[in-house]
Amino acid sequence: MISYPRWKIVLVAVVLVIGILLALPNLFGEESALQLARDRSVVTPADRASIEELLRSKGVAPSGAFLEQGRLTLRFRSKQDQLKARDVITEAQPNQFTIALSQASRVPEWMRNLGLSPLKLGLDLRGGVYLVYQVDVAGAVKQQLDHREQDFRASLRTARIPYQDVQVDYPADEVRVLFRDADSLAKGKAAILEDNRNLNLTETTINSAPALALRLTPQEIKEREDYAVQQNITILRNRLNSPELAVSEPQVAREGIDRIAIQLPGLQNSAEVKKILGKTATLEFRMVDETNNPFDAVAGHVPLGSKLYYTRDKQPVLLKRDVVVTGDQLTDASFQPNTQDGPAVSVSLDTRGASKMLKNTEENIGHLMAVVFIDRSREKNAQGVEVDRTTEEVINRATIRGVFSNNFQITGVNPIEGRELALLLRAGGLAAPLTEVEERAIGPSLGQDNIDKGVNAMVFGMLAAFVFMAIYYKLFGLIADVVLVANVVLLTAFLSLVGAALTLPGIAAVVLTVGMAVDANILIYERIREELRNGVSPRAAITAGFDRAFSAIADSNVTALIAGVVLWLFGAGAVRGFAVVLVIGIATSMFTSLMGSRALVQVVYGGRRKVDRLSI
Amino acid sequence: MEFFHKVTRFPFMNTRKVWYGLSAVLIVASLALVVMRGLNLGVDFTGGVVVETNFPQPPNIEQLRGALAKSAVAAAQVQAFGSSRDILVRLPPDPNAKGDQIGARILEIFKTVDGGAKLQRTEVVGPQVGQELFVKGAWALVATLALILVYVLLRFTPKLALGAIFAVLHDPICVVGFFALTQITFDLTAISAILAVIGYSLNDTVIVFDRVRERARTARKLAIAQVIDESINQTLSRTLMTKLVTLLVVVALLIFGGETLHGFSAALVIGIIAGTYSSIYISAALALDLGLRTDDLLERKLTKPEEIDGLP
Repeated sequence: MISYPRWKIVLVAVVLVIGILLALPNLFGEESALQLARDRSVVTPADRASIEELLRSKGVAPSGAFLEQGRLTLRFRSKQDQLKARDVITEAQPNQFTIALSQASRVPEWMRNLGLSPLKLGLDLRGGVYLVYQVDVAGAVKQQLDHREQDFRASLRTARIPYQDVQVDYPADEVRVLFRDADSLAKGKAAILEDNRNLNLTETTINSAPALALRLTPQEIKEREDYAVQQNITILRNRLNSPELAVSEPQVAREGIDRIAIQLPGLQNSAEVKKILGKTATLEFRMVDETNNPFDAVAGHVPLGSKLYYTRDKQPVLLKRDVVVTGDQLTDASFQPNTQDGPAVSVSLDTRGASKMLKNTEENIGHLMAVVFIDRSREKNAQGVEVDRTTEEVINRATIRGVFSNNFQITGVNPIEGRELALLLRAGGLAAPLTEVEERAIGPSLGQDNIDKGVNAMVFGMLAAFVFMAIYYKLFGLIADVVLVANVVLLTAFLSLVGAALTLPGIAAVVLTVGMAVDANILIYERIREELRNGVSPRAAITAGFDRAFSAIADSNVTALIAGVVLWLFGAGAVRGFAVVLVIGIATSMFTSLMGSRALVQVVYGGRRKVDRLSI
Repeated sequence: MEFFHKVTRFPFMNTRKVWYGLSAVLIVASLALVVMRGLNLGVDFTGGVVVETNFPQPPNIEQLRGALAKSAVAAAQVQAFGSSRDILVRLPPDPNAKGDQIGARILEIFKTVDGGAKLQRTEVVGPQVGQELFVKGAWALVATLALILVYVLLRFTPKLALGAIFAVLHDPICVVGFFALTQITFDLTAISAILAVIGYSLNDTVIVFDRVRERARTARKLAIAQVIDESINQTLSRTLMTKLVTLLVVVALLIFGGETLHGFSAALVIGIIAGTYSSIYISAALALDLGLRTDDLLERKLTKPEEIDGLP
């Protein structure tokens, strides 16, 4: 008997069974599917039942359906059924759900309930759009300084404290308030601190004037930058998940210090999505200056405390400088296509906004209030330099007829705009402007093409290795082949388990891993042959072959592992896909070659009383 | 010693000057190619736009070029990609170009030539990103080499480690030279392939060194050059077999993997061949010329007593 601990054989068997179970969902393939989501609430099992009933009655019964994270996925046998079902649902229940076209796996329900899922395919295999945005973190810091400046001015004005100037020094990350004398400085400091707690104001002298300075510490700057990136990620996620866009399974992740990478599987035309993602549209509510003539202002005489705006149809309007409520005080917004005044956006305000609105409407019944639409976009001018362009338009002026606070409607929008505005208001404003720095779009046919090529390469490569091993090492070669299959199964299982996306370079890594797993087997078998030539008995040769090849296998895999890990850390996108598979593949191939193949040899030769010859 | 009857007896150490010469030629030629011809850097590194289109019939490339020129699209390259029906257009970084627009625009222009043209892929990489990826890639190479050096130093004596590292350096240089020679696009996947080659080509070197160490202990009376020769010959069959099978697999990747993986698989093929060569002919020979002696290998035995038990 060749001795090999029984528990190791059991361990190999258990790992293999688990591996097969985890890899199983990949055998079912995919079907066209619809993904239904509800705006701000989840799709319930009752919804599911009624929709399934509806589709069955129209002759487009789904071949499968499941609820996951508040979204309902319906599978269909054909693309035609999918599209027909979408029309049926939108017709029967308009504006109930947002429907995204997607692909879903045919995995049976019991497997899904066990948490088993197939491999995720990367964008290069599935088709889709990959976008990378650069967050203008310096701009976010500037914004912070600008806010401080405005806050300081407001505090001093309300407290009626005279001051010379409030300056912002961007390179120094500093805001300075210049006073006329020490007395007003002391009062000013108190006023500012009352409105803004926990500020670290230092007293200095600038141009022989007593002054207060607020400098952002490196810590604060870093926090502000981090906040800007994180906030933008949240906002982008909100926007992508909003029903108006109907993108299925968007992924948004931070990349490096100041970049955000977005994956939009299955998306064909990125123009629409990009338009929404980069937008910074918001609203402001201001009272109309009814005492002055806006046409005087056009001539150049803008009265103090007012600002000149234009309406959509280029009519000048004078609005009060003091803002009643700004867009960031909005908590919710939704689009109402058919109100009696035409399309409208109904909005909700937070408590601060609501109390300001309440006070304002109480004081101003019978007066005009205007809604200003502000759209900041980042564009490239003729010289290719990026400039921020701000469009401010008065979209609506209305007489305040009653007192209201937190809930009201804004009219004067067109349907497309209204939908977009509702989306943007609800998702919140970007904390810092975004610039697109990378885009990769892969069409679905190319994706399928890539899958075919990858699978072909894998099948032929493995076949070549299998045949070679079987011929060259006979029975031991066949054992190696079984082990290689087990390796691919385990690799698939692990990748499905951790939810790593398989890319084309990932498939290449699988192929490479197969090559390297063969290596380990060859090292062992060559060693066994050598031991046999040295006149060692077959049993001892097996034991020695496995034991002595171990250090060589371990050493050589460690170096490959180092390369894989560095690649993992450095790589982005497709390269990371390669590294992930390589690293996991090295681990599974070590396990299968050293333990799996040993266990199988034991099963084949272990039971025999006497081993005269090895088929190697 | 009749059980060595099947083992080859190539005099690797005696002929090592020849192999050094060959390696020197390869390295100098590779570097000269890189300097003179340069690398055909992919859009990953240069920034710019790549648009891949598919036609129902092989289009006339000149006609496509003409159509682009007429519409004032300054395409740097218009070429077949894989098959003659797939056409790749490459544009230099253009600050005004936005990805979806340029892809759609080129498709529109191509549709005037052949109405069945389809847009397969658009890639837009900002020049800034391209430069960063290049720098990152270079750092990844350096980091991998450094970490592997540390590992080999821990595992073997310094002389063997230096031999191994030189042999490893040799391989990516040959791969890069190959890219300069063939002008195959050098992109991110090529860098991944080079890193994989570095990790992988050390395999055989490690196996040879393992054997040298083992032989040095069992046959102390032999001259070190002879120990090395015997070790390389004894491990030759497994070195060649493992590489052969891996090559089979990688060649399948080269043939079937399509144009996207072309550079990647080519880099692997060249890297594996160079790696096998360098670990047979160069690494141990260098260690010998660095003054490797049997004593260097025995020292470790004393510091690691558990390895004595493993010996017959």
